[in-house]
Amino acid sequence: MSTRNRRRASFVSAAFLSGVRDALGVPAAVLAAGMIGFGAFALERGFSLWLALACTAGIWALPGQIVLLEMHASGAPGYLTVLAVVMTNARFLPMTMSLMPVIRHPRYGRTSVYVVAQLISMTGWAWAMRTCPDLPQERRFPYFFGFAAACWVVSIIATAVAYFLAEGFPDPLRLGLVFLAPVYFFVILIGEARTALAAWALACGALAGPLFQVVSPQWSVLLSGLLGGTLAYLIHKHYRRHGRG
Amino acid sequence: MGAAELWVLVLASAAASYLWRGLGVLLSGRIRVESELFNWVACVAYAMVAGLIMRIIVMPTGLLAQSFLTDRLLACVVALAAFYASRRNLFIGVITGVVVVIAAGQLRVLLA
Repeated sequence: MSTRNRRRASFVSAAFLSGVRDALGVPAAVLAAGMIGFGAFALERGFSLWLALACTAGIWALPGQIVLLEMHASGAPGYLTVLAVVMTNARFLPMTMSLMPVIRHPRYGRTSVYVVAQLISMTGWAWAMRTCPDLPQERRFPYFFGFAAACWVVSIIATAVAYFLAEGFPDPLRLGLVFLAPVYFFVILIGEARTALAAWALACGALAGPLFQVVSPQWSVLLSGLLGGTLAYLIHKHYRRHGRG
Repeated sequence: MGAAELWVLVLASAAASYLWRGLGVLLSGRIRVESELFNWVACVAYAMVAGLIMRIIVMPTGLLAQSFLTDRLLACVVALAAFYASRRNLFIGVITGVVVVIAAGQLRVLLA
């Protein structure tokens, strides 16, 4: 290896490792809590360990993973389930589009960019949009790669941990484990709803969910999203056009 | 649904999820992030997850159905209060909620 190549390799791995280090703190702890919740839920729904790991590694978005579990449990047909997962994950399109100009650099080839795309999640995106602009452009890509890869690996491990925990737990503790995912989302959705639009969407969805469950369990997730979400969008648009007063 | 079909479902969902991420790479810098359409998409995703979580809390199936609705609602409210009291620490909020739901259930057993 020439001196120049060696210097390049150490530069990239140093940036990668600093990303890993930053992930292995609060971000990883919060993700692990959510993924343990998912694992406990998946076990309860009769998913094998490998299937649950494939969900975390492949879908790699907690809302989509929970949607998959619940729609499957309600007996919804497969194509509706995939459609619902696709819709919860549609936010990755604008997220990725806004992230790429921040982290891309000609030095890192197309293949690695498309590999990194799989690792993009809400946690990694929000972190990168906040911290990467302060880094030199060349460091950002390996830094994000390290951060996102660490989040991904920790989440896969946490999913497996839930399976081992739940097996040894008595019923009352298992109940707490299964309650982890709903309470996690309850707090994160309400606590992080910073815009009026998000607040309307939450309110309409929260009302529509149980309502449509009574009408049709198989369609309830999709309908509460489409109808509740569209209603929230229209209400918000109406208020914005007519002002606050 | 058999194990094979479940694998197909999970892999199809994973592929569909990657589609958005890959498309995001492909389109970044080529088209403008059209905010109205994305606002609506965000609304639908938010409402869908909110509806699902509300449904799981209010009318659960399986193990959660063995707990009381009032216990689950109480746990959610206390979890949210703990989240704000701890300067928005999600970890403390969630742990508090889990502890409350377990404690409430055990208290009922003791008092019965």
